[in-house]
Amino acid sequence: MKGWQQYWRQFSLFALLALVLTGCGKDELSALKPSGPVAAMQFDLMKLSSAIMIGVFIVVMAIFTYVLIRYRKRPGQQGIPKQVEGNHALEILWTVIPFLLLIIMAIPTVTTGFALHKEYPKEEAVQVKVTAHQFWWEFEYPDLGVASAQDLVLPVGKKVQFVLSASDVKHAFWIPALGGKIDTNPGQENKMWLQADKAGIYYGKCAELCGASHALMDFKVEVKEQADFDTWVANMKGVQAKEPVTATSPLAAEGQQIFDKSCLGCHAVAGKGGKMGPNLTNFADRERVAGIKAHTPENIAEWLKDPQKIKPGNKMPNLNLDDNQVKALVEYMETLSVSEKK
Amino acid sequence: MSAHASHAPNRSGLWDYLTTVDHKKIAILYLIAGGIFFLAGGLEALLIRLQLMYPEIELVGAKTFNELITMHGTTMIFLAVMPIIFALMNAIVPLQIGARDVAFPFVNALGFWLFFFGGVLLNTSWFLGGAPDAGWTSYTTLALNQYSGRGVDFYVLGLQIAGLGTLIGGINFLVTIINMRAPGMTFMRMPMFTWTSFITSGLILFAFPAITVGLVLLMFDRLFGGNFFNPDAGGNVVIWEHLFWIFGHPEVYILILPAFGVISEVVSTFSRKRLFGYSSMVFATALIGFLGFMVWAHHMFTTGLGAIANTLFGLATMLIAVPTGIKIFNWLLTMWGGQIRFPTANLFAVGFIPTFTIGGMTGVMLAVPPADYQYHDSYFVVAHFHYVIVGGLVFGLFSGLYYWWPKMFGKMLNETIGKWNFWTFFIGFHLTFFPQHFLGLMGMPRRVFTYLKDQNLDMGNFISTIGAFGMTIGTILFVINVVVAAKSSKRAPADPWDGRSLEWAIPSPPPEYNFVQTPLVRGLDALWVEKMAGNKGMTPAEPIGDIHMPSPSFLPFLMSLGLFVAGYGFIYHNYVVVVIGILATLSCMFTRSVKDDPGYHIHEDELEEKGVKA
Ligand code: HEM
Ligand SMILES: [Cu+2]
Repeated sequence: MKGWQQYWRQFSLFALLALVLTGCGKDELSALKPSGPVAAMQFDLMKLSSAIMIGVFIVVMAIFTYVLIRYRKRPGQQGIPKQVEGNHALEILWTVIPFLLLIIMAIPTVTTGFALHKEYPKEEAVQVKVTAHQFWWEFEYPDLGVASAQDLVLPVGKKVQFVLSASDVKHAFWIPALGGKIDTNPGQENKMWLQADKAGIYYGKCAELCGASHALMDFKVEVKEQADFDTWVANMKGVQAKEPVTATSPLAAEGQQIFDKSCLGCHAVAGKGGKMGPNLTNFADRERVAGIKAHTPENIAEWLKDPQKIKPGNKMPNLNLDDNQVKALVEYMETLSVSEKK
Repeated sequence: MSAHASHAPNRSGLWDYLTTVDHKKIAILYLIAGGIFFLAGGLEALLIRLQLMYPEIELVGAKTFNELITMHGTTMIFLAVMPIIFALMNAIVPLQIGARDVAFPFVNALGFWLFFFGGVLLNTSWFLGGAPDAGWTSYTTLALNQYSGRGVDFYVLGLQIAGLGTLIGGINFLVTIINMRAPGMTFMRMPMFTWTSFITSGLILFAFPAITVGLVLLMFDRLFGGNFFNPDAGGNVVIWEHLFWIFGHPEVYILILPAFGVISEVVSTFSRKRLFGYSSMVFATALIGFLGFMVWAHHMFTTGLGAIANTLFGLATMLIAVPTGIKIFNWLLTMWGGQIRFPTANLFAVGFIPTFTIGGMTGVMLAVPPADYQYHDSYFVVAHFHYVIVGGLVFGLFSGLYYWWPKMFGKMLNETIGKWNFWTFFIGFHLTFFPQHFLGLMGMPRRVFTYLKDQNLDMGNFISTIGAFGMTIGTILFVINVVVAAKSSKRAPADPWDGRSLEWAIPSPPPEYNFVQTPLVRGLDALWVEKMAGNKGMTPAEPIGDIHMPSPSFLPFLMSLGLFVAGYGFIYHNYVVVVIGILATLSCMFTRSVKDDPGYHIHEDELEEKGVKA
């Protein structure tokens, strides 16, 4: 009886597993929906290893269930069971079989492992330098001469070689749908390559506890067709070469003044400004505010009024702006675009 | 002889427990302290799960959440399950090997008080400006001064003090098991629980120094500007990870091996069969212990060690599956052909088998480095280690407690409450942690205080929190059971389960000298051998005589208190307090060294009624 209950519990858990594996999770986020060769190789390994392991589990559960039902003590049972010392043949059997199963797993482990650790020179891959900060991401394209933050823009179908580090504490760079993670160690550089096979938006995350707002250290990956990517690079370069865009309305002009005075110390726009905070050159093109909130004027305003409320522990101070100043700033910031946009 | 006092010093109540050097009372102290810390860690877990019940809710906030996960992990590992394991080891190992005591009773008490004061020090951080918040792994640089508050100082000092206690406790058990076995108790006749305790103690001996070194370096960084881990000053952050995991990986085997021991005893007793493949079990245990030291870098696959290191550590990790598999099949075959009964102790043992198997399976999956780049630091890992630690270890501990409770306290735990305890905990456990595998694969990193609404992570998290309620109910039922047992007046018999090993040969609870006469061991499952030969109990190996006992002492308490005080001195940079505390400890050590205390004797004519008569 007890045995059966147990059996059914396990069985339904695995039914659930099958259900989930066949398609849950968000396309842009899930490691179960690979959108590039790295994630695909990793997904293959997951499938192989879980298949082998579920096989083992079924064998264990079959014996387990049989034993529990068959050898329950029955009322009135007499005598003492035979005291068996062991059985060499059996013991060797369950040493050797797992060993063989491990070898089946070991082979692709080794080959995939080395494939993922290849390093691609700039002739073969877009080079991107990633620097993680509490709690935002900085992306530089050294060969293309552009830099951005929070939104990582990539061309479709092309290898991307990342070189990663951190400016403060350890973080980890993870885009589940494109491939597994790697840590960003302060004082050291790590390398990793990825490739996206479909244009679109993917979600990236910080996977290593890095302080209060670790959970909010998200970023977006925008994968564009090659031509769009080239346009983006050209536009970024164009903007970064010259002075910030001139404001398009009086309100925006007012915003720009406030910005130059209070914000430029930390944030770069176009060619000038500091590197303490994210580069805002293409702020208006971004999917998200601070990597997490929907890109709406209300959310931008909320951030400007109290950045600590949205991302506790982040390094942007509260500038004590009044409502009009915030309004002007939002107006100005919505002009910081490099595309012919939305 | 004349120098010896002839009567047990008359102590009672609290004072008795503060000065005891009796391993059975120390076991009870470990159990109470560990139990309280377990409840604290459980409360922290419940708050964590409530905060994650729905997306984007604000219950505890980001900073408190990080303190909760740090304290939950640290408390559970160092202050809850570790001491409960020590409780069982103290209560049972000397009995199973037919010893009157442990090798160093004074050190045994010292070990407990160091652990206790270390744990208290750590937990007072909640009231003194905030708990540590850099994760139980305290990765640098996050754990350095620049990035986290005073809480981490509590972590560093609390764990050093508690760790010292664990280390000397481990050494004590190594010596006890090597030196104190009854005549005829060869190594290959030792019960599995004693074997696993032995190997666990060996692992403690080698693993704890690594964390101590790491903690001392971190303390230098934090208190004296040491810069060992500060990259801005030429330090290296990865060194901390190595030191931590060179300790941390063996630590998980330190935890799980005694649980394997419990399961072996319980499954065999309740099947009325000897353990199948005993010698391969011993061999597998030793091999797991050894391999446990070879695989620490599998916690660091994403740190950037490179393809060769990752592959080698990955393959070495997979190997552990082989001896673990041997154990699982041996347990199944132990039950095969038996007469299986299902009291609560065995329910937990039987529930352990599939649960731990799942944890082991995901462990092998994690050992594939390229795939681990996806799993690592995600909820998949949270699910994995809870399947191993809770589904394996905590199930094992519950099983052991239900099994040995009558021996430890002379009272039986109630079976009806026990069964409810098992089912609520078991179902709650799977509900909590099974969905977390998928949450991880669906992109949820671990240690996140919240998750966004539009990422399809809501359902899994909700189910998981519901499961946590189930585990909470199970735990409360256990506490109720303990109270009910304590109140009941029914005394447990010496051998309630038809046991096989020596502890069942003496009354419950055992008299302070354990065995009136040291027993003669004539085979594996010593008591069972005698039962089968038609004997009433063990054959004695010596004539009845006076029994020498160690004197109680308040020094272990005072020595630990000294370090506890010094700990606060370090945390608050008050070196006068440091000196006072250290001096207190040193002067206790001095007193202990020069004062000749030969203990006392229990005389032959005082023994009588309680003991086993040959
Ligand atoms: C009541 C049962 C328990 C529940 C509901 C629970 C829940 C949790 C949760 C939600 C986390 C945070 C995961 C994250 O985001 O990193 C966690 C972490 C952890 N738990 Fe448990 N847990 C329970 C029991 C235990 C036990 C008994 C142990 C050890 C013996 C344990 C050891 C750990 C460890 C080591 C961590 C990692 C902490 C860290 O990441 O710093 N847990 N647990
Ligand atoms: Cu981070």
